[in-house]
Amino acid sequence: MIPVGAYVAVSVALFALGVICIVSRRNIIYVLMGIEMILNSASINFAAFGRYNGDGLEGRIFVIFIIILAAAEAAVALAIVLNVFHLFHTIKPSEVDLLRE
Amino acid sequence: MELFDYKLLLAVPAIPIVGYVIQIFFGRHLPRKGDWMLTGGMFVVMCITVYMFLTKAIGFEPSPGNAALLHESAKEGGPIFGWLYSSAEKAPGFNLVAGIMYDGLGAAMLMVVGVVSFFVHLFSLGYMNGDRRYHIFFANISLFTFAMLGLVLSDNIMFLFIFWELMGLMSYLLIGHFAQDPDSPRITHAAAACKKAFLTTRVGDTCLLFGMALFYWKFQTFQFTELWRLSAEEVARNGGEYPMWMTVGGFFIFGGTVGKSAQFPLHIWLPDAMEGPTPVSAMIHAATMVAAGVFLLGRTFPMMSPEVLAIVTAVGAFTALFAATIGCTVNDIKGVLAYSTISQLGFMVAAIGTGGLGLVAGLFHMVTHAFFKACLFLSAGSVIHGCHHEQDMRKMGGLRTKMPITFVCMTVCTLAIAGMPLFSGFFSKDRILQGTLGNLFTQFRGASALSIVALSLAAMLTTFYMFRLIFMTFFGEPRDHHIHDHAHESPWPMTVSLMALAALGLFGGHFWLLHPTDPLAQGHHGTWFTQLVDWKTMYGGVFDPMAANMIVDRYNPYHLVDGQYVLDSAIVAAGTEHYEHAVHGAHYWALGISLLVLSLGLFGAWLLYYKRKVDPARITGALGFGYDVVRDKYYIDEAVDGSVIKGTMWLSRVQKWIDEKLVDGLVLLVGRIGKILGYICSWIDKYIVDGAVNWVGYTTQAFGSVARLFQTGRIQQYISFAVAGGILIAAVHILT
Repeated sequence: MIPVGAYVAVSVALFALGVICIVSRRNIIYVLMGIEMILNSASINFAAFGRYNGDGLEGRIFVIFIIILAAAEAAVALAIVLNVFHLFHTIKPSEVDLLRE
Repeated sequence: MELFDYKLLLAVPAIPIVGYVIQIFFGRHLPRKGDWMLTGGMFVVMCITVYMFLTKAIGFEPSPGNAALLHESAKEGGPIFGWLYSSAEKAPGFNLVAGIMYDGLGAAMLMVVGVVSFFVHLFSLGYMNGDRRYHIFFANISLFTFAMLGLVLSDNIMFLFIFWELMGLMSYLLIGHFAQDPDSPRITHAAAACKKAFLTTRVGDTCLLFGMALFYWKFQTFQFTELWRLSAEEVARNGGEYPMWMTVGGFFIFGGTVGKSAQFPLHIWLPDAMEGPTPVSAMIHAATMVAAGVFLLGRTFPMMSPEVLAIVTAVGAFTALFAATIGCTVNDIKGVLAYSTISQLGFMVAAIGTGGLGLVAGLFHMVTHAFFKACLFLSAGSVIHGCHHEQDMRKMGGLRTKMPITFVCMTVCTLAIAGMPLFSGFFSKDRILQGTLGNLFTQFRGASALSIVALSLAAMLTTFYMFRLIFMTFFGEPRDHHIHDHAHESPWPMTVSLMALAALGLFGGHFWLLHPTDPLAQGHHGTWFTQLVDWKTMYGGVFDPMAANMIVDRYNPYHLVDGQYVLDSAIVAAGTEHYEHAVHGAHYWALGISLLVLSLGLFGAWLLYYKRKVDPARITGALGFGYDVVRDKYYIDEAVDGSVIKGTMWLSRVQKWIDEKLVDGLVLLVGRIGKILGYICSWIDKYIVDGAVNWVGYTTQAFGSVARLFQTGRIQQYISFAVAGGILIAAVHILT
């Protein structure tokens, strides 16, 4: 049986990659993709700890919820991106800085 | 029957006041400007007062002239109007209750006011015709009548004072009647005269208020009956001595009389008051209002100490003589009558000061004088009206054929004022001399001795100047043909009034007025007035004039028994008998003196102004400077102007200086200090308070601009911070 530490390690790696993706990419689509990666790393954690703690369904149900939620969030986020592009004529996060005010 | 009487008495002042209110608001729009309404109202008032007078006097009640006459005093079922009435618990002792007092004196006076007022109203219908402020004139004269009727009916001195003041106001308005008419040629004279009258009488009114306050302070009452009773008790308690404060209080009350009845030295307003329309002069300044002062003396006589009465006699006698001398030099027909009024008021006041029969005689003269003086003034008004507002007697003459009715009426009343036997003035003036002589014979007071001389001379001068007026106006050759040719007899309302008042002037003093069927019922020396008002009982038995007055005499009726003074009625009776004996003895002296002065005065006037045997100018020339002094009215006006008025003006200038320099300076100083303080406060505000506030603002702004650096609006940066923070927290957790 693969020890839980391995799953956590994968999850941490995925989380770190996601954060780097969010912070460093110049395209907002990649930022969204980074968010998906972070959500997936959380899913891995849920699944791994759920399996490790016993054979209940809790971990897996959380994963299914997260996937549904990620899909909905992606749809909303892409709609926002469309509107942002419509407004700013760019999808560079560095140039969308109206929140500063 | 009694209740009915009271209601009638209440209607007496009610009719004129209701008429006044209607007239002042709607008079302009009424037909004939409302004169018929007020004159008709006054006719009703006259009927009521005469009916009530006859009821009182002839005998629907038995034996008039005694204590029973006081029964209408408020306490015994008469109408009471609580005014400023407080319960005994809250403010003990203070309540002001108005009631009606209708004794013999009040009945006579009320009748006089009612009758004279009606005829003056009637006369005004003709005289004031065409006046610009006709309706206002009638309103004012009606309100004046209300005040006089109220004054006579008042049973307490407070209400008397209220009506007294109301009359002062009305005399101001009526004297100044022409001052409101921009077309009147005498507008400034009228304005000055009404101001002078108001201010001069105000001096007397203030004195009266002081006197009232003093008596109220001691006796806690305004009711006349109570004041009389308490005064008599106070005197009895002191063994016949009047306390000092009563002398002072009585003196102040007499001051009110001096102002209202135009006694020296406050007489100066009355001659000037002739600026008013002639009916006003007749009613206010001859017949009724000036009589109010004399009436007040009659009402407050028991409160007067012998010292005050000596002053009263002296002032009255002096005024009588003093005004009579001026009356001989005046050429204005109304001016002669004005000084004659002052002189006659002096007669009344002097007589009242002698007490006893003199008191009654003075009040009696007030009544007869009201009739004949009203008639004289109205006749003068008729002459002035007939001569187209010419008042100077030197321009008249020979008018008797032109104005026969006026001539007859005026002559009748001139004979009355001169004291011709069987005319009303004879009865009263004769009794004044008799009372003064009686007082002299019993008490030998210096004031009485001087006053009898002064009054005799004044009576002679009265005859002289009144016949001078008659001769100059109605006899001789017309001196101004223009005036004479245009002179005409007055319309019927005026002549009717003249005839009625002349009839009263002729018959008003006769004893048989009250006993038309049995002329000799009361003996040959009883006049209706002395039957109605008897000095022994006129104060309702609570005050015995003789007992109070005998302290300066050799009889002292008060004996000390067990530490308290008691009145010995035997001595009072003896003193009364002595006095009556003296008065009886004085009767023939008085008769002799009156006839002597009458003939002397008449002869003098006849010689100088009818026969013109002696040119008056020669006599005045011989008198020289003395004549100038009299003609210029003894320079009293100038003296008052120089002392009181100039003094007041000077005082006000000093006060103005104080106000401008000291008070204003102080105010300006305070202002300047305030301004300096303001500058300091403004500096502190601007630099310290504002500075602190701004500093807080700047500091906040500085911190804000630092914090702004982190707020880039870049979500990636935010996330970087968040992650860095998470890592930091984790690192802290791990390392510690």
